Amino acid sequence: MLIKTNRGISSSEITDAKLFLERRRLIRIAIGSAIGTLGAGLAAHAAPGAPKAFEKVRKSDYSLQEEPTDYDYITQYNNFYEFGTSKEAPAVLSQGLKTRPWSVVIEGEVEKPGVYDLEEIILSQVLEERIYRLRCVEAWSMVVPWVGFPLGQWLKQFNPTSRAKFVEFVTLFDPDQMPGQRRAVLDWPYVEGLRIDEAMHPLTIMVVGLYGKLLPNQNGAPLRLVVPWKYGFKSIKSIVKIRLIEQMPKTAWNKSAPNEYGFFANVNPNVDHPRWSQKRERVIGSGLFTPKRDTELFNGYAEQVAHLYAGMDLRKFY
Amino acid sequence: MIRIKRGGWRFVKLIVFSISLLPLGSIVFDAVHHNLGANPIQMLQYRTGDWALRFLLITLALTPLKMLFGMVFQMRYRRMMGLFAFFYASLHLTVYVGLDQSFSWAHIMEDIPKSPYIVVGLSAFLLLIPLALTSTRRMIQRLGRNWQRLHRLIYASALLAVVHFFWLVKADLREPAIYAGVLAFLLGVRVVHACRKVEVRRRKPEYRNQKSEDRILISNT
Repeated sequence: MLIKTNRGISSSEITDAKLFLERRRLIRIAIGSAIGTLGAGLAAHAAPGAPKAFEKVRKSDYSLQEEPTDYDYITQYNNFYEFGTSKEAPAVLSQGLKTRPWSVVIEGEVEKPGVYDLEEIILSQVLEERIYRLRCVEAWSMVVPWVGFPLGQWLKQFNPTSRAKFVEFVTLFDPDQMPGQRRAVLDWPYVEGLRIDEAMHPLTIMVVGLYGKLLPNQNGAPLRLVVPWKYGFKSIKSIVKIRLIEQMPKTAWNKSAPNEYGFFANVNPNVDHPRWSQKRERVIGSGLFTPKRDTELFNGYAEQVAHLYAGMDLRKFY
Repeated sequence: MIRIKRGGWRFVKLIVFSISLLPLGSIVFDAVHHNLGANPIQMLQYRTGDWALRFLLITLALTPLKMLFGMVFQMRYRRMMGLFAFFYASLHLTVYVGLDQSFSWAHIMEDIPKSPYIVVGLSAFLLLIPLALTSTRRMIQRLGRNWQRLHRLIYASALLAVVHFFWLVKADLREPAIYAGVLAFLLGVRVVHACRKVEVRRRKPEYRNQKSEDRILISNT
């Protein structure tokens, strides 16, 4: 089992990375991407070494029978606005995030609220590998071998009350560690939510690892949500608080652009984003001349989850 | 001021031409070395689009240099810069049609109406086509004053290109805002310059008789 995770990056190195990326951004805007090659090389250099591996990880029947996307692509093409809005920034700027010790506050409509230590949470759970397709609202997708545990069975330990109709998740708010939070690109901290039946669904998992190893910071370390039938932005990262509540929570992207990002955000090729089509998706790692893939209803998990939305107008509840 | 002879200008032109090809060289280099990241098609779209917009702004920056500082040497590269803007915009469109949509007309016809930013971007490109076609010396002579009027379409094209950029961004508007700011400045200089000219003419009616000079002023805008 993993315990020690501090890779011993000194604070001076972290500052350098921040300055480097900020400068890189400015240079890129000013004189263009001619220096992009150099930037990518340096970014790769700043990326972490191979994280520690988990020992006992169970295989799961819920996994896709598909070849996962390259580790490098999964860890260097990230939407994690807390560390910058480009795809490349999180891999560099997230390296300063201190993910241990880490605790999670559980509160609201539960009989056993409290502050729980992450290591204890992980030790109490049977870890599974779940190979899921991740479909971003930006119309690209990856196949990711997550390591985690079902959210539902974990939440049951806290005895949710009958008033627990929704689950709200909150990301860490710490602009010192998360430089992207210094600008109000979104209303920080990032908040996401699920209906209680979605949260209890066996496909919904809390993730602590990737490719059998410790979850890299840029992918939402140390603890993130993964809901494979919803667009990626629902799968909130670096979670510090979980509230069980009666009312539908106000979520970050929904607040930012309510007509573009709904609360449900189920992957649906028949309901387009107001500014682009959701019919097809670019598969990350496929060649330059490979056509896009047809997006599937509920990201291919319709058989397991469609019943959750029976009778609902998916155009209205997008 | 250094005197440059005809052969010298040809040499300078070759240098400017080569520099303008550097972005393409850099893109091709990265493509060949698999250095375009996890989503290479998107990266090609971004980089060709960035350069199309940058060359549009460079083209639009040449006249303000003259208006503000009286510099004229750059004016002889206006056509080349404009054609490079068209060139990078063509590459941008080609990446969309050929790589992003894999030449599937059915998919393109389905995709475009759903994406207002593509409609706007495509309009910006279409407006550049007549400008590229009429950029030859012969067309300039043949069209006379109409050439000037026609080529004011570049203002509309640049505005649409900036809107195109704004419209595709999810939440961080910083980068398109920088381009919008530069464009606003370049168009603003022209507006102020035009207003001043009107003012000068109103105050000194004798200017009206100097038709030849008037024409030079107009043809420089």
